[in-house]
Amino acid sequence: MAQEQRQPPSANVGIVIVSHSRKVAEGAADMVRQMVGDAVPLDFTGGNADGGLGTDVAAILAAIDRAWSPAGVAILVDLGGAETNSEMAIEMLAEDRRGRVVVCNAPIVEGAVIAATEASGGSPLDVVKRTAEELSPQ
Amino acid sequence: MTEPPVTASAPLTNEVGLHARPSVKLTQLAKSFAATVEIALAPAGPWVDAKSPVKIMRVKAPKGAVLHFRAWGTDAAAAIGALADLVGRRFDEDASEGAGDG
Repeated sequence: MAQEQRQPPSANVGIVIVSHSRKVAEGAADMVRQMVGDAVPLDFTGGNADGGLGTDVAAILAAIDRAWSPAGVAILVDLGGAETNSEMAIEMLAEDRRGRVVVCNAPIVEGAVIAATEASGGSPLDVVKRTAEELSPQ
Repeated sequence: MTEPPVTASAPLTNEVGLHARPSVKLTQLAKSFAATVEIALAPAGPWVDAKSPVKIMRVKAPKGAVLHFRAWGTDAAAAIGALADLVGRRFDEDASEGAGDG
């Protein structure tokens, strides 16, 4: 289920969008591409294996792989299961990648745009995460 | 920051003002310089870090507002010039797709 074309390698932090809805995930990814551009690796996943609403650990793992960057990957999620399944996917990553993937506590659409904007300037993973999380209510 | 900053100001003439898309462009451009860059809606401030996408989006400057820039650092003059030019070009809004909604 290749949802994005293969992307050129980038030194910038990658962004993965995980929603219960494929349409939400795809729309958020469209906004990132149009507003921020192509300087960050980006991928998304949404819906369960049957095509209904939900999230799927294997699909999240594949999205992380497609958006992989040596600088790491920041994941933006919507509701509960998206977060727990993303955390499960992170635990299943190879050991050398596990420490370089984080889930951001930020609204999925705005967080994706802001995280990608920060990442496009070459900021490291912890700064990308922190900037996205500035959006959350204090 | 003991030396005086390089400063400039430019009116926002694009239709949507400093909304989401222009904010992204402004922070991306600011990040491409080493200088510390800040913007404000008045010469007296409050000044906002031009490299922070969250803070710049919160400025919500409308069309007609004047953006004030100040910067410190080795490439401060280049940064200020480039940012004022971006505002003067209306953030290339006419060229981008669906720019009407900001």
